[in-house]
Amino acid sequence: MDAFTSLTGIAAPLPEANIDTDKIIPARFLKTIKRSGLGVNAFDAMRYNEDGTEKPDFVLNREPYRRAQILVTYENFGCGSSREHAPWALLDFGIRCVIAPSFADIFHNNCFKNGILPVQLPREVCERLMEDARLGANGRLTVDLERQVVVRPDGQEIPFEVDALRRRLLLEGLDDIGQTLQHGEAIERFEQGRVAERPWMPAISLA
Amino acid sequence: MPTLFDKIWDAHVVDRLADGTAILYIDRHLVHEVTSPQAFEGLRMSGRRVRRPDATLAVVDHNVPTSDRSLPMEPGDSLTQIETLERNVAEFGVPYFPLRSARQGIVHIIGPEQGVSLPGMTIVCGDSHTSTHGALGALAFGIGTSEVEHVLATQTLLQKPAKNMLVRVEGTLAPGITAKDVMLAIIGTIGTAGGTGHVIEFAGSAIRGLDMAGRMTICNMSIEAGARAGLVAPDDTTFEYVRGRPFAPSGEAFDRAVEYWRTLFSDPDARYDRVVELRAEDIAPLVTWGTSPEDVLPITATVPDPADAPEESRRAQVQRMLDYMGLVPGQRLDELPVDVVFIGSCTNGRIEDMRAAARIVAGRQVAPGVRAMVVPGSGMVKQQAEREGLDKVFLDAGFEWREAGCSMCLGMNPDKLKPGQRCASTSNRNFEGRQGPGGRTHLLSPAMAAAAAVTGHLTDVRSFN
Repeated sequence: MDAFTSLTGIAAPLPEANIDTDKIIPARFLKTIKRSGLGVNAFDAMRYNEDGTEKPDFVLNREPYRRAQILVTYENFGCGSSREHAPWALLDFGIRCVIAPSFADIFHNNCFKNGILPVQLPREVCERLMEDARLGANGRLTVDLERQVVVRPDGQEIPFEVDALRRRLLLEGLDDIGQTLQHGEAIERFEQGRVAERPWMPAISLA
Repeated sequence: MPTLFDKIWDAHVVDRLADGTAILYIDRHLVHEVTSPQAFEGLRMSGRRVRRPDATLAVVDHNVPTSDRSLPMEPGDSLTQIETLERNVAEFGVPYFPLRSARQGIVHIIGPEQGVSLPGMTIVCGDSHTSTHGALGALAFGIGTSEVEHVLATQTLLQKPAKNMLVRVEGTLAPGITAKDVMLAIIGTIGTAGGTGHVIEFAGSAIRGLDMAGRMTICNMSIEAGARAGLVAPDDTTFEYVRGRPFAPSGEAFDRAVEYWRTLFSDPDARYDRVVELRAEDIAPLVTWGTSPEDVLPITATVPDPADAPEESRRAQVQRMLDYMGLVPGQRLDELPVDVVFIGSCTNGRIEDMRAAARIVAGRQVAPGVRAMVVPGSGMVKQQAEREGLDKVFLDAGFEWREAGCSMCLGMNPDKLKPGQRCASTSNRNFEGRQGPGGRTHLLSPAMAAAAAVTGHLTDVRSFN
């Protein structure tokens, strides 16, 4: 996973609430056994006509937003399925940060596992950032995870909250499996205690 | 004064990190073909093994054809994904129900059915509808593929505790009202983000009165209310359901298990962060009209007018949904013609759902021009239905009687809507394009879906009773 420290980039305005994971990446594109290559189908139904041509009005089909690294959107972004293909598709398109008033839980979680920073800010702040995003190349935002601020084009700094552990893992680009395996002895102790306390807990065996 | 969630949580904390994040032990990990290939690949690349194959069960469901299984699958991405899972389970020693096994089925149907999912457990799967298993009084939730890999490697997850929400439904459901209507009413009340950050415990006499299938329907759609998980405290209904299932404890072990399971309830003075109350008597048969599960109305209602929305952003949203759904304000919902009827999914693919639909269908015919399909949730559900003659009821009426899988709930296999087709569906999501690009989904109960198949339009099932 790539570390996330600070990012300055073009922000695409997506002023809609409840953008679900089927919108971010429809189920028919989940048949891959890889993580990469999903960017071309990110927001597929919003982005393409039935014949596969681009819808010229959709923001990510317009310059400079084809190069957007940040999305500014509204409430409950990423609701619906648990598919990690949603953050994979965003990442493959080039998005490293999503700013919204709220996120669905599983999507929010999945972002951190893939080096994407979800930034939660109140609706009225998101509306102001939406205005910045509409300025295109003149409205570049900086998202600084180290200092936990979003910097607007006029230099105004907006602080945001982020879970301390997730922040550290993201800053260092760390795999959290390695982190957990440091507690291997505790896991073993737990398993032994569990067998003693709940001996009726069956093993799954097809033998 | 702990809640049921608190009790299950506390019983599974292995260790705590400095910031309070818990390492939470996972009792059961269910695996399917769509969200696992990259996780197994990750294990391979880092030289890790599956820590507890004996706590893991794999099955194919999302991608599988529901047509004749004696035929070979067509080559392509779906087959590749299935073959990849088969290679992975063989390499890592994970128990697996293959496509042509009678035990194959939708992962959230087979977990409870096989006694793999039990009260008091922590259960995860790379699928948001894992919340289904909460009906047994287990803490069950969906995870992403990175977390699938984390559980495969460590049998734990890094988690922060959720907030507690209580949804209490008191009273008696009117005839024709099902668990699906109850859950759509709850989602309509609290909204699709209403449960964000919370685990919802469902309680009250109307929930107690539901059978396990109904409780699973309710918990299944907790995710549509934005919740991390749904829970129903286990009781005698639960224990009788579990008794005798293939992977459940038996004999003395079962009695000891029940003794423990009886401690799993929220204390009378338990504190909730939020409490929502509904009266069972207020719930009518419901259908969704929009493209979010919260956009739900009684079947007797008319299509809403965007002009009635309180604010501009909602007006625009309603208008967009009506445009997508091909609806105009004021249309009667019970006059909307349907092209397709889909009965199945992890929400409503159990034997009780098949029976409820068959009761409406018996002696009637599918309306001309309607494609009506029943997709049992598992091979075992299919066999049971066939023993009861339900397949005959459906086939005689003109329904398709198909093999088990996720099917048209999410349109990953060939079962898809065509653009513009209107579908009465017992599934869980009416998102744009969910059942196929351009498809229009109305969520409802199995009985309501069966009624729509017979009349050719959305129909108040109470007119059949």
